[in-house]
Amino acid sequence: MAVKMVIEAVREALHEEMKRDDRVIVMGEDVGRDGGVFRVTEGLLREYGEGRVIDSPLAESSIVGVAVGMSLNGLIPVAEIQFADFIYSAVDQIISEAAKMRYRSGGAFSCPMVVRTPYGGGVRGGLYHSQSVEAVFANTPGLKIVAPTTPYDVKGLLKASIRDPDPVLFLEHKRTYRLIRGEVPEEEYVLPIGKADIKRPGKDLTVVSYGLMLHFSLEAAERLSKEGVDVEVVDPRTLVPLDKETILGSVKKTGKALVVYEANRTAGFGAEIAATIAEEAFDYLDGPVTRLASPDVPAMPYNAKLEALFLPNVDRISEAMRKLAGY
Amino acid sequence: MAAKTAQTKVGVSMPLGLKPEALLDWYYKMVLIRTLDERAWALNRMGKVGFVASCRGHEGAQVGSASVMRPGVDFILPYYRDMGVAITIGLTPKEHMLSLLAKVEDVNSRGRQMPGHWGDQSLRIISGSSPVATQVPHAAGIAYASKLRGEDAVTIVYFGDGATSRGDTHEGMNFAGIHKLPVIFLCEFNGLAISVPQEKQMAVQNVAVRAQGYGFPGVTVDGTDVLAVYEATKEAWDRARRGEGPTFIECKVQRMLPHSSDDDDRRYRSPEEMEEMRKRDPLERFRGYLREAGILDEAMESEIRARAKREVDEANDYAERAPDPAPEDLLTHLYAE
Repeated sequence: MAVKMVIEAVREALHEEMKRDDRVIVMGEDVGRDGGVFRVTEGLLREYGEGRVIDSPLAESSIVGVAVGMSLNGLIPVAEIQFADFIYSAVDQIISEAAKMRYRSGGAFSCPMVVRTPYGGGVRGGLYHSQSVEAVFANTPGLKIVAPTTPYDVKGLLKASIRDPDPVLFLEHKRTYRLIRGEVPEEEYVLPIGKADIKRPGKDLTVVSYGLMLHFSLEAAERLSKEGVDVEVVDPRTLVPLDKETILGSVKKTGKALVVYEANRTAGFGAEIAATIAEEAFDYLDGPVTRLASPDVPAMPYNAKLEALFLPNVDRISEAMRKLAGY
Repeated sequence: MAAKTAQTKVGVSMPLGLKPEALLDWYYKMVLIRTLDERAWALNRMGKVGFVASCRGHEGAQVGSASVMRPGVDFILPYYRDMGVAITIGLTPKEHMLSLLAKVEDVNSRGRQMPGHWGDQSLRIISGSSPVATQVPHAAGIAYASKLRGEDAVTIVYFGDGATSRGDTHEGMNFAGIHKLPVIFLCEFNGLAISVPQEKQMAVQNVAVRAQGYGFPGVTVDGTDVLAVYEATKEAWDRARRGEGPTFIECKVQRMLPHSSDDDDRRYRSPEEMEEMRKRDPLERFRGYLREAGILDEAMESEIRARAKREVDEANDYAERAPDPAPEDLLTHLYAE
């Protein structure tokens, strides 16, 4: 198997799905001529032409709104929002339209489409190129939210999202694009939406994490293993639907749960994971269900020192693990 | 810029190449739509129907434009005031009544949406929501898909003047202009966004002038004249099919009733204004035309009214007896099953 970067996994998934199914089209700002500001869509325009690779006006609501229309008339659009921080003007189209189409029509209409967007920080993106937006959308039944962060998971789950009959918000952590490498099979594969993955088995403590924080948590777990604490790290990979079974199974085994996420702490998606554990694994708990997240300020400042202070890091995650292991 | 108004003099040949039967069919539809609307209000006052957003005063614009479209071929994106569009395309009075009473057989939404939120897959009437203008970019996307596959379907999207203030109207029209899409933007301009008058919504007299900014033609027509609306829509439809791109049609109409059954328009409209407005009833106007042209007589008139009443009575009886959704229906059709 070849070792690839996350960004290559995204690109390969798009290429393969566009080749497999000519209903798949890509639309967004700079996705054509420029190949995307991160170069994710590099080569698509040359291969599939202007009809299927659309450089859209700089207008997020219509990027999603036009995609909704396309999905209602036989296409499978993959719409790109250049930075998740810019998604808010498309919120009405995602929440009121795409997510509610099937329910509001009693199953008569549906929106098979994907909205891809790079999110998250640690790239000196400041307040408006760093945000984590998953909680804004997680309270929206009808929408699926997929957020994998290894090349293998990203490729398999993006392909699954494109083939899914319902709208999917596909979150790509931009810091992982060129940071995280991993093996990706040459042959065709698709991963199921809604299945978590145990990235590191352990018996003393469960960490549930996704995005960049998943990788920091894995590093912290290695550190703790040298101190005699065996940490299990669970990657939900899909936030909606959430694989509660795998998460609860792990917590029932270890009796301790730490949820690590990059978004603001209050009402972040990690709070939902923590509540689920507290409610459904109460009898097994041997310590407080703990959240480690970013502080409740609008987003990470541009200043490098403040950015580093904002984000949970390996040291802070290790510390939280030690504290919880002590119960 | 007003489109040519059709001939209304006795003794001239039929306008726009239409046969008298076609005009009588339109008239029947307009009477049926009016009868349905009156029934909806009656049921609302009886406490049986929770909400009515009336099309009264808009029927000329709705029947005239929708009559151009091919049901099941062209795509229709109505907004909540468009009962006349839905009925003209083929939604039956029974289906409308089922939706008013929120019954499980309601084809639009299985009783999930408030009345006026149309949607019928077989008629290509696309499901809509309540926030205004969200359907405008959908129309562009639908038309893009038709064009990409080389199909000749035309898409028509309806909205009120209130919706022209929203960004989605701008973004959707801009996208359609860029790609020269086969789409018709039809604004039913009644000059009120609930209570907010035209002069507080925009600084232009005719909103159709905005089309110029998107690179396609905009026309303003008298929306109380069903023939004028038909003619303007037919022209736009032909343009779309010839691959010449979108058209914006602004139909000046009167909203003859409050915004909805929960609104009291006496708070913001004077009795004189309301009196003036009632003189521009599209149904009366078309009836006058048909009588003058010798197409409609007294006997036909009463037959048409009786037929409409019968159809509405039957639909009403059926819908009132129809079952509500079962409790388990609350959780179905969220994702593909």
